[in-house]
Parts: sequence; C-alpha cells; structure tokens
Amino acid sequence: MTAPHPPRPKAPAFDVDALLDSPSTRIIVCCGSGGVGKTTSAAALGLRAAERGRDTVVITVDPARRLAQSMGLRRLDNTPRPVPLASGDDGARQRPPGTLHAMMLDMKRTFDEIVEAHADPERARQILANPFYQSLSSSFSGTQEYMAMEKLGQLRQSGDWDLIIVDTPPSRSALDFLDAPKRLGRFLDGRLLKILSAPAKSGAFRLIGAGVGMVTGVISKIVGAQVLKDVQTFVTAFDAVFGGFQERAEQTYRLLQAPGTAFVVVAAPDPDALREASYFIERLNEDRMPLAGVVVNRTHRTAVQQLSAARSLAAAEALDESGDHALAASALRLHAERTQVQAREIRLREHLTSAHPGVPIVEVPARPEDVHDLDGLREIGEALGTGGTRQGAGGERVSG
Amino acid sequence: MSARDRERDGNGAVGRSRLHVVTGKGGTGKTTVAASLALALASGGGRVLLVEVEGRQGIARLFDCPPLPYEERRVAVAPDGGEVFALAVDAEAALLEYLEMFYGMRRAGHVLTRFGAVDFATTIAPGMRDVLLTGKATEAVRRRTGSDRRRGGRGGSQGPFVYDAVVVDAPPTGRIAQFLSVSAEVAGLARVGPIRNHADKVMETMRSHETSVHFVSVLEEMPAQECLDGIADVRGVGLNVGSVLINMVRDPLFGPRILSAAAEGDLDIDTLARGLKAAMLENPEQKSRQLAVEITEHARRIRVETAIRERLSGIEYPVRELPLISDGIDLAGLYDLAELLREQGMT
Repeated sequence: MTAPHPPRPKAPAFDVDALLDSPSTRIIVCCGSGGVGKTTSAAALGLRAAERGRDTVVITVDPARRLAQSMGLRRLDNTPRPVPLASGDDGARQRPPGTLHAMMLDMKRTFDEIVEAHADPERARQILANPFYQSLSSSFSGTQEYMAMEKLGQLRQSGDWDLIIVDTPPSRSALDFLDAPKRLGRFLDGRLLKILSAPAKSGAFRLIGAGVGMVTGVISKIVGAQVLKDVQTFVTAFDAVFGGFQERAEQTYRLLQAPGTAFVVVAAPDPDALREASYFIERLNEDRMPLAGVVVNRTHRTAVQQLSAARSLAAAEALDESGDHALAASALRLHAERTQVQAREIRLREHLTSAHPGVPIVEVPARPEDVHDLDGLREIGEALGTGGTRQGAGGERVSG
Repeated sequence: MSARDRERDGNGAVGRSRLHVVTGKGGTGKTTVAASLALALASGGGRVLLVEVEGRQGIARLFDCPPLPYEERRVAVAPDGGEVFALAVDAEAALLEYLEMFYGMRRAGHVLTRFGAVDFATTIAPGMRDVLLTGKATEAVRRRTGSDRRRGGRGGSQGPFVYDAVVVDAPPTGRIAQFLSVSAEVAGLARVGPIRNHADKVMETMRSHETSVHFVSVLEEMPAQECLDGIADVRGVGLNVGSVLINMVRDPLFGPRILSAAAEGDLDIDTLARGLKAAMLENPEQKSRQLAVEITEHARRIRVETAIRERLSGIEYPVRELPLISDGIDLAGLYDLAELLREQGMT
C-alpha cells in the first residue's frame, strides 16, 4: 500500500477583469522573461481596460512593427498616440468605452529629456555631446529599464491617464527590471567615477594613495586615455544633474511599491519561463511589491478530455494494422500528442503552484495564427478577462 | 579537395569554418542547437569547444553536469571518439586573464576588483564586455598545441590547433550583429590603445571564412522575422552567414489534401467517425466532432508554418530542419539532433 497522495494544490483564478475595473488600480507592470508574449499581453490588457471604461496608456519597449500595426498605428514613438477603437462589436461592450493610448519607449530620447530638464542649457549641451554619455544613453545595460521607470513616473505625474500599463524591457531575466535601474544609479554614483573625475583634490586620493594612480593607470591602459578623459568630462558636467536624477528614480521605485500598482507576471508553459516567473514572484515578495497574478500564455488544451493518450495511441496502432482509416489513425495520434503536451503543461503549472500557493493564475490558450489586429488583441483580452476557462465549458475552443 | 573548395563546399555548408556562432530569438532553442552542433562536429574524433557567454549555465543543464567554471571542461564524448569541451566565459574573469596575459598583472587584479574597476571597465563601454567574450572564443580558435598562451600564442610554435572547432552559444538575434562587430563598437569609444588592438584582432577572425553565423528559428512569425532581420544585420557588418536552422519542426501527421480541407473547416467527419468506430472507441460520432476541432486548429497552424517556411527558404543560405522533441531535451536527444545535423551536411 502506498501513502495517500497529498492533495494537489489548486491556484486561485486570477480575476483580470476585477483588476482592470478597480479604479484603485493605477499602474500594471507586465514582467517575465523574453519570448513569452509579454508585449502582446500588455497591449491586450490595455485594450480590454479601455473598452471597459478606463483611460489607459500602454508603454511598450518592443520595437516590433507588428504590434503597432495590430493597434492600427503606423508606428509607435516616445509620445503616447491614440489608438482608434472603432472596430469591434459594440454590443459586447457593457460600459461606456474609455480611451487607449500607446507609446514605445525611446531610451535615448528619454535620457536626453531628463538631462535637458535638470541642467542649464550650456551644461546640457556639454553632456549631450559627450561620447561617453552617448554610449551610456544608448547601450548601457540598465539604461532601458531606468528610462522605462522614468517614463512611468512622468506619465503618472501628468495625471492624464487613470491606468498605465508597462511592458518591461526584454531581458534574459525578469529581475533585470528591478535591478538594472539601481545598477545604473550605483554606477553613476560610484566612488570610482568620483575618484576618476577629480583625483587630485579628493580626500580619498590621499588615503588610498598609489592605489588610485594604479587603477586609473590600468583603466587608461585598457580603454585608452581618451575614453578616460571623456568620462571625466562627463562626470564633472553630470554631477550637477545627478542629485535630481537619482531622486526621481527612487521616487519611481517607491511608486512601484505603492497601493495602486499591480505586477502581472507573464510566462509561457515551459520550464525556463516558469522558473523565471518563480524567481520573480519571490523577488516581488522580498521587495514588498504587489503581485496581482500570473498569466500563463499559449497553453494547449485538448477538446476530448475523456480519451487518454495511451488509449488513443493504442487505437491508432490497431487502425494501422487494419490498413484502413488513415484519417482516424492520424487524428488519434494528434490527439495523443496534444494530451501529452497538456499533461506536461499542467504538471509545470502545478510546480509553480506548489512553490507559490495562493498566487492567482490565468491561462491564455495558444492561437493557431498570430495577432494582426485589434480583434486578435481583443480575443486575448477576452481570454484574460474570462479566465480562459470558457473553453472548458464549451469544449470547442482548443488551441494549435 | 583544394583549400578553396573546402572554404565553401557545394551545398554552401560550413566547409572549413572553425568558429560557429549560433544565435536565435529567445525560446527557439539556440543553446540546444549549439550543443548538438558541437556534438556533430566532434563525432568521428574531433575536439570541439562549446562556449557560453551569457552566464545562464544552460550548457551545464543540457549536459546534466555541475555549473561550469571559467575553465574548459570535458562535458561529453561524441560518437567514434570525439570530445566536447565546454566553457562559460565571464567578462570579469576574461579581463583579469587578459591583463595577466598581456601585462603580467596578476596582482593588479585584486586591486582592480576591490575598486570595482573591473565592473567599471566592463560596463563603461558595452562593447568592452563583448570584446572580452568574443576575444576568448577567437583565442580558442587560434590556439595551437605546444604554444605559449601568453602573448596570444604568438610564440612561434605552429603545432596543430587545439580545437578542431569552436561553437559559441551567442546572444539572441536582436543583439547578434552588435555583439559580433566588436571593433565598430569599441571604435566609437577607443580610437587607439590595447583594447582597440585586441578588438581588431578579434574582428580579423570574425570576418574570415573561419567564422560562420548560424540562425536558429522556429516556424513562428516573430522568431522568423527576427531571423531574417538578423541575417541582414550580420551581413551588413561583413560577417559570413552559415545556415538557418529551423528548430522544433512538428510532423504534419496528415496529407496536404486533408490539411487544407480541415483548415477550411470541411473535414470529412463521417469518415473519421467510421474509423473511430472501427477502433472500438465509445461515442465515435461525438469524438469525431471533437477531434475535428483539434485537426482544424492543427491544420490552420500548419498552414501558417508552411507560409513561414517558404519565407525562410527564400534566402540564399542552406536551411536545415530539426524535429520537435516533445518530451524535453535530454542527452540522448542531443545525440539524435547531432546525427540529424550530420545527415543534413552541416559538418
């Protein structure tokens, strides 16, 4: 006799509509590892919120033209653009519609604007022309995340929208969104930069003595003296701006912990994406950031629940032997494959739930075709809002 | 075969390439493909180094071994006596090694680390990090047995190469051209100096026929688009594209006639029901309607995949396909994929 199997944990359903409808929800941050459909989820949430009466803006960082096109925009830029909501079934809307705006983060432009806002014109010109600044503002790992937060802060402050949805930058790890801005801040505030900028008059210089000379010497040797000179010029000019810069970033970070902010973790039903989701949930807990729920994207469900993979395969083999009914044999093979995929996905989902019981989950079924227009986004929003479970009731909605 | 013939053989295969850079959009399985390619290149007695540059320890997970240190370790033996070594390159360790190799400054490393100077130097110039990572891979390509690794192996000895091939599990497609065109990146910051010289040397290997960049895609719209964009980018910076590898290809299961009927929702449900009845399944009519839903969705997906495959096949580089391994990749799966790559002339 074996010990009784412990009851499988069951995750509560993630009520996305309740989150979108609540006037106290002001910011939704979509995060997750790359390639899980984060940007599409953010856009679908934005559309659904707008159609349910919110004045919504979606900040995306994904330069995919397709997303802009699916929202009826030729292109997205650093300023929120109105998305025409005309198409779609008016009868389906139960409330007066709100509005939807969308923008794509331009990190260099955003960085430039901060510099311009915080420095006098002469100093701003100096900073913007500095080669080191140009490299920092366009390719430092972390700048994009920092600027996404900055933009979020700006939009929040403007008061023009009652709901802001942020799609976080694509990165290997979802945690980068929380860590990268601090990294940039630490880097800009670092003692090395300070020492480099004014070694001769720094008190630290005398204390550490020859060490500093050696460090600057080595750095100069590696990257060349000219780079070091660019850095020194930049630091001197940026110092005046820095205080305000850092303060804003901290304000925005606190905004993420404030009531009214909700994190939505997006994942795909594969081990890597769910592992990342798990790390992120832990991290949000540690930082006391409010997690609303997890979206498991592109799941596969079979339409024939009462036919197991084993039974299906055995039947297919029997048909093969008879030599007839090739169509039915292939149909049974396809079904067996899907049932196996479904079982694997459910198992992965259960792992997540065991590690984080109580975290609400919603599934969005995979679609045979990609999203090309508002209707596609609306369907995804519908799946998010209705818990993606209507397919279970009808038994007719499965996925490719 | 003359040297020229071997540079690029008839089917445009990798020929004499010794540095294989594998890229792809996140989720396409580029690490799996890179590992299989390493196994394929090693089989028959080769010695291959598989390099990881993103600190993800994906190679260790695939080969089911403990996390890789900054050290070349044997992770697998290939069929017929080959060996695959793996290395997780870390920019910080590579910088310290570089300093020691070129300046004899081992002790300085400690001071640098204490000041955060290493972190500084590798973040001050994003290109710097890439140069260190690609620099390590190109060094392994050039390394010969019996030579002193100091001074970059210019010790005069011309023994055989230590590795027959080096495979890099590279950053995703969106960043690949930038990652590989290190000298351009560094030039923006450092016009002269040792790091610039180092970058130029890396670039020399990168641009030569010894290097091929392979793109991994799946039959989905966004990865395929990124793959085509990435190919244009990589060509734009003067590098050689090796091949396109379509990963996770599923068996269509049905013939084209049934697929097109199903995609239109015109599947012959009665024939299906008769088959299910012959297989002694209960409620054959009901099951046949339900299975038809699955077939229709499958057929619509296959139709999208066919269109994507046609787009990818329109390019001038060889396109190879690898099947979906539905139970997840294990070591046996890697050997299967390696064999398929060999069969398709990849090595």
